[in-house]
Amino acid sequence: MANHAVATNVYVPFLEKKGILSWLYTTDHKRIGILYLISVSFFFLIAGIIALLMRIELLTPVSDFVSPHTYNVLFTLHGSLMVFFFIIPGLAASFGNFLIPLMIGARDVAFPKLNLGSYWIYLLGTVIVLIALFQPADTGWTFYTPYSATTDTDVILITLGVFVLGFSSILTGLNFIVTIHKMRAPGMTWHRLPLFIWASYATAVLQLLATPVVGITLLLLIAERSLGVGFFDPAKGGDPVLFQNFFWFYSHPAVYIMIIPAMGVISEIIPVFSRKPIFGYKAIAYSSLGIAFISFFVWAHHMFTAGISEVAATIFSFLTFLVAIPTAIKVFNWTATLYKGSIELHSAMLYALGFIFLFTIGGLTGVFLGALAADIHLHDTYFVVAHMHYVMIGGTVMGFFGALHFWYPKWFGKMFNEAVAKLAWFLVFVGFNVTFFPQFFLGVQGMPRRYATYPEEFESLMSLSTYGSWILGLGVLIMTVNLINGLFNGEKAPQNPYGSLSLEWQIPSPPPHENFEEIPHVTDWPYGYGKKKEVDA
Amino acid sequence: MTWIPEAASNLASKVDGVLLVITLISIFFFVLITAVLIYFAVKYRRKSEDEETPYITGSEPLEIIWTVIPSILLILLFVHAYVVYKDMRTPPKDAVDITVTGKQWLWTFEYYNGKKTLNELYVQQNRPVRMVMRADDVLHSFFVPAFRVKQDLIPGRYTQLWFTPTKIGTFDIFCAEYCGTGHSAMLGRVIVLSPEAYDIWEKGVGTDGGGAVASLPPAELGEKVYKGKGCNACHSVDGSVVLGPSFKGLYGREGVLEDGSSYTADENYIMKSILEPQEEVVKGFQPVMPSFKGILSDDEITALIAYMKTLK
Amino acid sequence: MEQANTEHSHGLEMDPQVEYSSSKLGMWLFLGTEIMLFGGLFAAYAIFRAKYPEMFLEQHQELNREMGAINTCILIFSSLTMAIAVTAIQKGKRMMSAILILVTLICGLGFGVVKYFEYGAKFAHHIYPDTSIFFSLYFMMTGLHMLHVFIGLIVLGVLMVLTWKGTFNEKYSTPVELGGLYWHLVDLIWIYLFPLLYLIG
Repeated sequence: MANHAVATNVYVPFLEKKGILSWLYTTDHKRIGILYLISVSFFFLIAGIIALLMRIELLTPVSDFVSPHTYNVLFTLHGSLMVFFFIIPGLAASFGNFLIPLMIGARDVAFPKLNLGSYWIYLLGTVIVLIALFQPADTGWTFYTPYSATTDTDVILITLGVFVLGFSSILTGLNFIVTIHKMRAPGMTWHRLPLFIWASYATAVLQLLATPVVGITLLLLIAERSLGVGFFDPAKGGDPVLFQNFFWFYSHPAVYIMIIPAMGVISEIIPVFSRKPIFGYKAIAYSSLGIAFISFFVWAHHMFTAGISEVAATIFSFLTFLVAIPTAIKVFNWTATLYKGSIELHSAMLYALGFIFLFTIGGLTGVFLGALAADIHLHDTYFVVAHMHYVMIGGTVMGFFGALHFWYPKWFGKMFNEAVAKLAWFLVFVGFNVTFFPQFFLGVQGMPRRYATYPEEFESLMSLSTYGSWILGLGVLIMTVNLINGLFNGEKAPQNPYGSLSLEWQIPSPPPHENFEEIPHVTDWPYGYGKKKEVDA
Repeated sequence: MTWIPEAASNLASKVDGVLLVITLISIFFFVLITAVLIYFAVKYRRKSEDEETPYITGSEPLEIIWTVIPSILLILLFVHAYVVYKDMRTPPKDAVDITVTGKQWLWTFEYYNGKKTLNELYVQQNRPVRMVMRADDVLHSFFVPAFRVKQDLIPGRYTQLWFTPTKIGTFDIFCAEYCGTGHSAMLGRVIVLSPEAYDIWEKGVGTDGGGAVASLPPAELGEKVYKGKGCNACHSVDGSVVLGPSFKGLYGREGVLEDGSSYTADENYIMKSILEPQEEVVKGFQPVMPSFKGILSDDEITALIAYMKTLK
Repeated sequence: MEQANTEHSHGLEMDPQVEYSSSKLGMWLFLGTEIMLFGGLFAAYAIFRAKYPEMFLEQHQELNREMGAINTCILIFSSLTMAIAVTAIQKGKRMMSAILILVTLICGLGFGVVKYFEYGAKFAHHIYPDTSIFFSLYFMMTGLHMLHVFIGLIVLGVLMVLTWKGTFNEKYSTPVELGGLYWHLVDLIWIYLFPLLYLIG
């Protein structure tokens, strides 16, 4: 690690170089991180607007805004774009790229060119899916057969987009694992790694092992439609439920690809704004790996009503309950970190606290769905929709927003307006709960998901949910405007505005092209806050 | 507004028991975590920049406590839910079989005596029923919230569920597995009759509750048929196209068929379209409608046509 | 994969030792994902074989065992030549290595030619991917494998030219090693496919 050739003393921020080609051909992990950030944010906003359209249709029980077919297309696009193009690459690829080398004290990832290649593959996937927007499928993001094999809409295009994206995900995961193994600065032992790195590592393992399986599944679906292969077609002796097994074998670990990086973010934000060491470092670090491991053995809990055997259902239910334990451990540890801290309610911290609050609800309602008898009633109702959004928005998106506010000064060298950020947080938090909390009740009452029209008895809660979506939308809008405005009009950010001990804050904001003038020698873990120990600032 | 639909089957109260226990435990943990979170956030709020904080990195006893207690609770919850689930999956020997077929976007129920109903399931109070289910095209899911039962219907395979209805009344059936354009219109009703009423229904010739509806004026009966037999899943009455043509202004319309020949929607054409829907498909529509032969009586078809005539 | 391992970009000089072990680790991880990819098909094979043992028994006889056996021999032999090519370049024998990679390449091409005639014969007998579950599996598994052979041929071609030109030597031969690993995987997968499809059906 010692012999880096160029160690200039002139500080050139990595953002300096201009021109679109300097971006498209960059191998700088920080720039690639920005490319991902822009791309995933774009898809988040598109899919978010689609969600608002869906909620407008659902304001009343009848089909008055769009036709049922259009509604089905909308929820398919919303789900596919959010899951495959925003949440899965979201934190892992954008913040993963930006932070992993900085946090472990490296100049870049292990394979910078491969990293750029992964982004190009991601772009190719997005181009395909943007074309697919004009010939949208109506299968839902889960592409269940036999419907997806027989519908007249264009399923091949969107699955092809997702398939291509999978390669990007696999190669990024591979790159990160090797980077974390091989590129750590001297003294950066495994137990001195920031928890975001542990989380990224667990995520990368999942990306590496689970993504190929969805790849082959989607390939088989494409073959089913184009070559007449019959693995999922009962008329040809195939089994439609096999698709579900294959799909969830990937997609359940994928849920953790989405949430574990957010857990990592929270583990970074809370100690900094509490000025306290993270409570239970090892418990948090290993629970990420534990969750990743168990996540491979719980896929069939999506299928309790799909005609799987009772024995299988029982085993999968039990294993699902096991996931709850490492998850609960994390929540308790984050909460305990606050104890006797010196807490600053910075907007990033508000997102982190919001995360704990919402993710707790998401996690606890997951227990309902893991419990066999309860799931029979709640499966495929709005309860699932609410649970999933509490985990995905309340968890991942809150983590994503938290990360955006937390590392914004480091990444862009500018500050945003903190008061506006707090207002946006408040709207997002309130809007989110008004949108999704009523959906738990709708689900318990039996309102099935993916309904373009619905019985009148659900109207009051459904329209409440729609009003909530407007508050949520407004909050996201204000947040977006505030962050973009900060880029142009924000004050210059100091090197370390929050007094963090982590490596990325010990270099200028924005970081220079090759991150560290000298590769640092790490002597302590990054959470050494508090009085018992002398802290070198 | 009630929290949960009235428990109308023997299984419902057991499922509610599971839901209740998990809800109480969840509320306990949620309140605990939120209260501690807010308490800490308020109490330890930063008052000055140079505040000192203690160096606490963890506590093994605490880690053990908050690993073990949730683990024990979870295992208990799992067992409880499993016991009820086992019950839900084990139909009693004396259960009456009813065959269910799901097809885009209709439910067909076939009873042991050969009776067939569409979108309306007739069962007798306090008599266990086993539903033997199968899908014709894509996945569907038979869901009766009031009974707390749900089971997917899968093409090429039989699945089953059972329940004993305990309350007389009418309850919603939803399709809970996404099945295409008409998914949200794939609704049905379970009609739970007293043993006496069920006897009468069983012996009746029609497909509904007996002679009561026969005295309705044709157009009103037609509207009842329209809603009760699933026409509304695909045909609107307001002019919008769901899957099939709207009934509004349908009667007397002239147009072109798929094969290029022309048609006039008179009584005979409409009757033929109901009984042999694949024969003369109007241009621009898919041949997806199932035949209603044996499902709608002649009187019901006449009534339906009378109803169409009122939709100008 | 390959281009990533010849990484020497803009002042980010990596310790050759670290670079070597990073590339190795990266390649092994990549092979792991490949196995997961094929794993899905193997799982499908196991499920359908358990469900339709007679179909598998009957229809696997349509496959041409001789051609399959020839192809197995070709691939095993090519794995051997590739292994020797790697050893050769590590000892600095550049010419020998290039020739051995060429032999491997020719074997790969030979494999493709045999497969081409096999597929052709199937189509002539009106056997297509939609004929039955067994043939769906046959075409998907061998097709995906063939795609890997094809990619392997391109990789081998590039490696051969570079070895010829003297890009690699006893100090730096990582890409040849990684290409070798990939080729062994392609071989390994075929070694499972051949008995599962041709022999035990």
